[in-house]
Amino acid sequence: MTALARTPAPYTFAQSPCGGLEMEIMGAALRMRASGALLDLAHQALIVADLHFEKGSAYGMRGQFLPPYDTRDTLDRLEAEVAALEPRVVVFLGDSFHDGRAEDRLSADDAARLVAMAQGRTLIWLVGNHDADGPRRLPGQVVDTMTLGPLILRHEPEPGEQPGELSGHLHPCARVSSGRGTVRRRCFATDGTRMILPAFGAYAGGLNLKDQAFAGLFARPPLAGALGRDRVHAVGWRSLTGD
Amino acid sequence: MADDAALPADLLPAAFTGWFATRGWAPRTHQLEMVARARAGRDALLIAPTGGGKTLAGFLPSLIELSQRPPANTPRGIHTLYISPLKALAVDVERNLATPIREMGLSIVAESRTGDTGAARRQRQRVKPPDILLTTPEQLALFCAWEGARAYFEDLSCIILDEIHTLHSTKRGDLLALDIARLQTFSPHLRRVGLSATVDDPDVIRRWMGFHAGEGDGAPPAVDLVLGPAGTPPIVDVLLSEGRVPWAGHTAQHAMAEVYEVIKKARTALVFVNTRFQAEFAFQELWRLNEDALPIALHHGSLAAEQRRRVEAAMARGELRAVVCTSTLDLGIDWGDVDLVIQLASPKGASRMVQRIGRANHRMDEASRALFVPANRFEMLECQAAREAIAENRFDGDPPRVGALDILAQHIMGCACSEPFDALALYEEIRTAGPYRALAWEDFEQVVDFVSTGGYALRAYDRFRRIVKGQDGLWRARNADTILRHRLNVGAILSPAVLSVRLAGRGGRAGRKIGEVEEGYLEALEPGDTFVFAGQVWRLVGVTALDVLVTPAPASDPKLPSWGGSKFALSTFLARRVRELMFDQSHWSVLPGDVREWLELQRDRSLIPAEDEMLVETFPRGKRHFMVCYPFEGRLAHTTLAMLMTRRLERMGAAPLGFVCNDYALAVWSLNPMDGVDLDALFDQDMLGDDLEDWLAESYMMKRSFKGCAILAGLIERRFPGAEKSGRQVTFSADLVYDVLRRHEPDHLLLRCAREDAATGLIDVARVGHMLARIQGKIRHAVLDHLSPFSVPMLLEIGKERVPGAAGEMILAEAAEDLIAEASS
Repeated sequence: MTALARTPAPYTFAQSPCGGLEMEIMGAALRMRASGALLDLAHQALIVADLHFEKGSAYGMRGQFLPPYDTRDTLDRLEAEVAALEPRVVVFLGDSFHDGRAEDRLSADDAARLVAMAQGRTLIWLVGNHDADGPRRLPGQVVDTMTLGPLILRHEPEPGEQPGELSGHLHPCARVSSGRGTVRRRCFATDGTRMILPAFGAYAGGLNLKDQAFAGLFARPPLAGALGRDRVHAVGWRSLTGD
Repeated sequence: MADDAALPADLLPAAFTGWFATRGWAPRTHQLEMVARARAGRDALLIAPTGGGKTLAGFLPSLIELSQRPPANTPRGIHTLYISPLKALAVDVERNLATPIREMGLSIVAESRTGDTGAARRQRQRVKPPDILLTTPEQLALFCAWEGARAYFEDLSCIILDEIHTLHSTKRGDLLALDIARLQTFSPHLRRVGLSATVDDPDVIRRWMGFHAGEGDGAPPAVDLVLGPAGTPPIVDVLLSEGRVPWAGHTAQHAMAEVYEVIKKARTALVFVNTRFQAEFAFQELWRLNEDALPIALHHGSLAAEQRRRVEAAMARGELRAVVCTSTLDLGIDWGDVDLVIQLASPKGASRMVQRIGRANHRMDEASRALFVPANRFEMLECQAAREAIAENRFDGDPPRVGALDILAQHIMGCACSEPFDALALYEEIRTAGPYRALAWEDFEQVVDFVSTGGYALRAYDRFRRIVKGQDGLWRARNADTILRHRLNVGAILSPAVLSVRLAGRGGRAGRKIGEVEEGYLEALEPGDTFVFAGQVWRLVGVTALDVLVTPAPASDPKLPSWGGSKFALSTFLARRVRELMFDQSHWSVLPGDVREWLELQRDRSLIPAEDEMLVETFPRGKRHFMVCYPFEGRLAHTTLAMLMTRRLERMGAAPLGFVCNDYALAVWSLNPMDGVDLDALFDQDMLGDDLEDWLAESYMMKRSFKGCAILAGLIERRFPGAEKSGRQVTFSADLVYDVLRRHEPDHLLLRCAREDAATGLIDVARVGHMLARIQGKIRHAVLDHLSPFSVPMLLEIGKERVPGAAGEMILAEAAEDLIAEASS
């Protein structure tokens, strides 16, 4: 990461009244939401990554009985975003399901909520490594990648510089320490030319932005949009610590 | 207690009488008493101070029985099981037991089994059990989860529980009590023997040791009480440091030169402190003064195991003059040479102090010597109160324990791993364990359902049950994999995730290991900062997934991470004695002049409350208004109280900005004056209603409690075979699980467990409740123009503590402001 040691030029961003953080990537106006969802303002597209539906029941099948409410909880938060923003499109950036059989384990209620969400808008399911086939019965379109104006959306970030890429997969987390304690929160990670979204799923873990897995993905030290209770905090590279 | 005369003359066989004689000893009354109780088939609890031949008294009946056994054709099972809270103690007792066995030429095999015992020996012990097995509660829990545990223990005659006073009020004690009940079912004639140091109320331990099947609920303890000799009272002094007792602080730096002089005069001293940071600090200070190059060592739980073993070995060889240590040396093996115990900073409770003082001079007839070194003025009061309590032989009382349901879940799973069980029979057995005497059938059923399916209202896992009820009505573990996973998660000890501290090698690689630190130990440090660890100054290079990388920084002035105070709360008993001492002016003569003047100033400028009153002071200072209250209930209870008070003060319009707490008092500061606040309303007992619930929901302490319960109950696994999780990942997912469960099933069993744990532990709501009841109508309000002498220590702590409210949000917001500053510079 030595290449990142040089002093960065300031990032341009703005706090929106809703607590979100707005910035442009390749000219596309984006709003990072405190929920962890991203809104593409021009296309009214709501983008969420790594929902990992039915992760709880995947563990449950193996005898580790995590509370079976993760899908419901994730849907609660997603529905709240859809109700607040009324997007025309909802894009799932892959790993929407924890495994290939997760769609079968969805409760009828939860499946019905996704069907209802598709009323009056399009659902687009990018596939990820956990759900390589995408959903079979739920409404919406299953794709590998897609473009949205100047942006290219895919599940897993491609190595090297990728201007205009939006991706998920890595579940970025920001850890900030001060004399009074430490916080570790899910975060957006961006260098102004590409962005990695935080995981949206209730049981999705997080990977520290200082982890080697992020090395080489950013043209300069990335900005973390850390998810606070009601707002996204812009945290600079120097304020971040490793685990 | 019976006299010698009342005991039958033939209690000891000739070989034993002869052995005592060759050693130049006579059997002590309590030792013979234990033999007599055993002969009558009675359970017994022996209470005796250190050095009273307690362990031998426990084993004597078993040694006699074993020596008189007729030969057998087939291998026999274990005769006596000995349980120690410490691995090292089990190994030490094994060594001590070898002497009488060898010298009397008895054909008895006594062996220890701990987590460190090799696989071959473990295997052999399983196939060919020793006569006496010495082990720990965790190993016993594993034994009880074995297939074939019933046959293995069906001949068990005696179980000896050593140092029970350290176990009975903990979750480890819950698990042990359940396993004792299990063993009693396997072997109905089993005799229970408890060994304990002096305690406030022996009946609490007698009841903990359990009941027998069929005894009514109101039955008195089934365990006889045997009292050993009282022992010589210890000689305790308090270091007065005339004229130099500091107003605040926890390090006792002012007294280090005096402590060093005292060490020089002693043969070997144990220097006890309350935290690891204090241990490092004191060690550093003593070596700075150590012109005579006395061998002074350091011992605390964050040091590498081998380093601790080296210190212990040097101690046993009598090579050390002093060891600075934490509670890691509270218990354990006998070091004859220690002649002085020094307690740096406040003792917190009388019982722990007696335990620590007992580490000096393991001989009955000589008094142990101890020196208390208070670090500040309130601690001076506390040390005097503790000294007097010890002189009067008075102790802190532990309330009777109600067994935790997460431990019960672990035990039920263990039972199913061992053999199929009938729910009703198991329920009856569990109720013979002291802590579970009052267990309701509904709670038991709920725990069984939790073990089987997770116990969720949404019956999502009914197809994947971990234990399954068969056609025969018996519950069984689902399969071999379930059993294996249970075995890997047995035990009631929750060790925080640890990181290794290593020298940073070339290219950032990790080098030699210096020790281990708990997750969070170095949280406040940034790379480049220096800190003291293992007695040296280091510079933090960075933290990788599993290692803390450091380089030596010998000449630097270390940045001291926040002390965090003591993890032990001031005991209720000692707190009351401190209040009594403070109120009784005729008593002040025992205090040094500067502390006496401080009390007199407080009396003249503010007031000294009566023992049963609580003082509340309000005064302005700078642009702030302060409210300082003095409940003397310990830091945890004060923190909870302050959290709740600030919510109320907010509603009352005082606009509170922050607070600090220590063991004696708490201070809140606000934008608006608080002189007119209705104190009776502020401290009304209904504070523990909705305000508490609201605060708890978001509290990180609840998350910590929940994580502990979830691990103990088997919801979150400690480790998977082949896929070790790092502690940090566990932390993270436990928090996620907590949030989801709280939102969707707030009445779930594990949330109930977590609330109960937090209420007695981390947030000590129980104590806040008692305190609010105690002070109803007894609040003394002093409205002052400026700060009082008592409030000074509190105000000096401001800035060292966390501020309330959404601290996490504030840290993020500050980091964001830094960025804005960075951007606009």
